[in-house]
Amino acid sequence: MDYNDIEILLADDNDYDADLITHALNKGKMAKKLLRLRDGQEALEFIFAAGEFELNRDIACPPKLILLDLHMPKIDGMKVLQRIKCSPLTKTIPVVILTSSNDESDIQLCYNMGANSYIIKSVDYIKFSSVLIEMARYWLVINKPAVINNLYLL
Amino acid sequence: MNKETEIILIEDNMSDADLIKRVLLKNKLVNTITHLHDGQEAAEYFDNALADQDRFLSMPHIVLLDLKMPKVNGLEVLKKIKSDDRTKSIPVVILTSSNQDKDIAECYRLGANSYVVKPLVFDEFVRAVSALDQYWLLVNEPIKQLNEKI
Repeated sequence: MDYNDIEILLADDNDYDADLITHALNKGKMAKKLLRLRDGQEALEFIFAAGEFELNRDIACPPKLILLDLHMPKIDGMKVLQRIKCSPLTKTIPVVILTSSNDESDIQLCYNMGANSYIIKSVDYIKFSSVLIEMARYWLVINKPAVINNLYLL
Repeated sequence: MNKETEIILIEDNMSDADLIKRVLLKNKLVNTITHLHDGQEAAEYFDNALADQDRFLSMPHIVLLDLKMPKVNGLEVLKKIKSDDRTKSIPVVILTSSNQDKDIAECYRLGANSYVVKPLVFDEFVRAVSALDQYWLLVNEPIKQLNEKI
């Protein structure tokens, strides 16, 4: 897998949820270039081309969409979100929070920290699958991303 | 903000605004759209809403914001919304004819949640607005209450 050609980065520590998400996006033909990582530390290393990804990642080639769970080991989703949205080189990457939390304070905090969108995981598999496909279509097809190498961003 | 407002549309082009409103109302996902006709009206609307705490009963699901407007342009309105702690959590979707990299970059830098280029073809325009509507009203989870000062 070419780590500089990833469309969707999925950071979720729950294997069941991650499999479900990947399966649904595969069915909708939107997961050809999806990478799943298991915790916040891996996610940050991937995005910032550090640690285990230092040699095979270029920070100027980000994923087109980041799906971020909140409650993860090592470094949680809020901290990952904060770091992504504080750096000029990464703040324009769309970050969709994908979590089971329907806590109003979590929702508010994520938006305040710059989350582009917030989606609550549904227990209804069929409904959740169609939500995931719609989400991927919106961010990969309808939404216009920033050109990361754009000097206007720096 | 009006307690019922679900979408705030900030758009100076009347035919675009009419079409957007027709698509949104036809989809039946929203009942109330507040249409502000230029950037100045938008700036005043937000200033008045923030000054009058009693009017904050619920938050709009999204703001649809055009960029090229007279008097006060979209970037200034975006800056106003995203720099105030009480409104920065409202999703702002830029809906504009501009496909220029510098406009896209600047909007994201200022905190726009999403950027959608208005298609030139009528059918595609309708489909894009409909897709916007579905996503932000059905898929995305909005803020429900006024953001208390953090």
